[in-house]
Amino acid sequence: MKEGYEVVYKRPKTLLDKRMHYCPGCFHATIHKLLMEIVEEMGIQEKTVGVCPVGCSVFAYDYMDIDMQEAAHGRAAAVATAIKRMLPDRYVFSYQGDGDLAAIGTAETIHACNRGEKFTFIFINNGIYGMTGGQMAPTTLEGQKTTTSPYGRNVQKLGMPLKMAEMVSQLAGVAYAERVSCNTPANTRKAKKALKKAFEIQGKGLGTTFIEVASNCPSGWKCTPVESLDWLKNKVYPYFPLGVFKDVPAVKEEV
Amino acid sequence: MGEIKFMKGNEALAEAAIRSGLQGYFGYPITPQSEVVEYLAMQEPNHNYVLIQAESEVASVNMVYGAAAAGARVMTTTSSPGFSLMQEGVSYIACAELPCVFANIVRGGPGLGTIQASQGDYFQAVKGGGHGDYHLIVLAPNSVQEMVDHCRLAFELADKYRNPVMLLSDGSIGQMMEKVVLPEPIPYKPDKPWATTGKTPDRKRNIITSLYIQSEDMEKKNQTIQAKYQEITKNEIRYEKYRVDDAEIIISAFGLTSRICKKVVDLAREEGIKMGLFRPITVWPFPTDQFAEFAAQDRVKFFLSAEMNAGQMVEDIRLSVNGKKPVYFYGRQGGIVPTPEEILNAAKGHLK
Ligand SMILES: Cc1ncc(C[n+]2csc(CCOP(=O)(O)OP(=O)(O)O)c2C)c(N)n1
Ligand code: SF4
Ligand SMILES: [Mg+2]
Repeated sequence: MKEGYEVVYKRPKTLLDKRMHYCPGCFHATIHKLLMEIVEEMGIQEKTVGVCPVGCSVFAYDYMDIDMQEAAHGRAAAVATAIKRMLPDRYVFSYQGDGDLAAIGTAETIHACNRGEKFTFIFINNGIYGMTGGQMAPTTLEGQKTTTSPYGRNVQKLGMPLKMAEMVSQLAGVAYAERVSCNTPANTRKAKKALKKAFEIQGKGLGTTFIEVASNCPSGWKCTPVESLDWLKNKVYPYFPLGVFKDVPAVKEEV
Repeated sequence: MGEIKFMKGNEALAEAAIRSGLQGYFGYPITPQSEVVEYLAMQEPNHNYVLIQAESEVASVNMVYGAAAAGARVMTTTSSPGFSLMQEGVSYIACAELPCVFANIVRGGPGLGTIQASQGDYFQAVKGGGHGDYHLIVLAPNSVQEMVDHCRLAFELADKYRNPVMLLSDGSIGQMMEKVVLPEPIPYKPDKPWATTGKTPDRKRNIITSLYIQSEDMEKKNQTIQAKYQEITKNEIRYEKYRVDDAEIIISAFGLTSRICKKVVDLAREEGIKMGLFRPITVWPFPTDQFAEFAAQDRVKFFLSAEMNAGQMVEDIRLSVNGKKPVYFYGRQGGIVPTPEEILNAAKGHLK
């Protein structure tokens, strides 16, 4: 280190020095980094087990220097449930897309939350099926075009996009639910704070923790990374507002 | 000598699992299997296992996946429609090479079918069931005692080969009560350095996956598990012979029907018909060579497979016999258990 300089930013050791397969500008990469920073800062590498089901992030285990399990499409919540039950002192997270968590795996999601399984859901809601080439997701916005809704999502036929963070916050087992994003440095910092809080609550064994990321998919949305940030601001956040939907520990502290 | 009890097959299976060091059970109720989860729920306060009544068989098989990959000794049990629902997960487990035990307390199908005993899931059990090239080790118990014995054996084989093992039982064995000798409980200390328990500084991270996106890697993975299946075939074939030494007719059956066929053999012998029973205990790996040996003997006139289905194991017998002798079939379906007399009559029909 040159004299007079100090390190203000570096890759966490828990994030492997590998070229990621994610498209340029994709939040998957950002969230990976935040997550691994938290694991490093909390000193829990030896105690963390992650679950990455099918979706663009199925290769997450290529980048995270922790024990991980790949899971079948939609089943991460069941897999994470079992890991946490068998190894209750470990930090367990599932890292799921919207197709995974809110379509094919809805039952597993709801029931894990309802049982209050003490792991952390990291829910990457990008409103689309990224991995399979941009098909409609349960979170695709009204009127949004995808390869399977080429004329825009018709909510008359297909229903409104599912608001998962709001939904799961209704369940008694959930201790913390927040929706975050990474479109600005400020929001990225907030996202990290939320993830860390979720892990801390998990460590205390207070219930299910659920962090939804209003994420992007420049490739699936067929736009540039910068345009994807505009879409988030103009279209996504108005329907999927950022913020805390449930914070049981905070409520407890107040009384 | 272990403890002697009078128990239902399903309950004996659950007790045997506990005594084999069960650490996790994940299941969903379905007749005629529900006594397994009910028994485990009742016994839960006395033991340390994790028990979850899952939201579906899809969830339970994936819980088995997660817990097995975390290094635990785990089991799920179900009956036919439930096992169909699990197939994607079973395929993942086979590819990820996770030791675990399944029991299918088979009922009559297809469809919702009936809750009575059947052997209609033989193909599903021994040919894979889910997608891709894989095998479970499949044991076919024919008594409450064997539900117990095969349960312990299944856990041992699962660990030995890092392969899922299945008990292919049926509604009759699951529901019937018999005297059983229960084994002594064993503590279970897993030695699974590959398990995802948290990466310690002394080792690389452990990854449990069935994803091999490069064709070359996927082919290599397939070759690895195929080599393992060959090893299992070499070491683990199990069968039972009954009065076959001078037999001219080899009757064959697995599971429940094998018990009935012992009676068939005795009845035939009373009439002076030289019949013997050859019963595969492992239906995968299948005792192919043993059938071929019978077929090579001049005195053997024909084979008859008696099954509670439309003719499934008979196909494996035909492959083993390879055209050298006739292989006939007699079966009942829909939950009907054949009588010894009707099987004997079927065999006699083929005597010239
Ligand atoms: C049983 C099953 N059905 C379908 C698929 C195909 N598939 C893979 S990923 C995926 C959707 C992924 O979308 P999402 O969960 O939103 O993740 P993203 O790629 O957008 O991050 C689908 C349909 C599969 N792998 N398995
Ligand atoms: S397809 Fe979309 S979600 Fe997947 S890596 Fe590319 S931008 Fe990200
Ligand atoms: Mg998506």
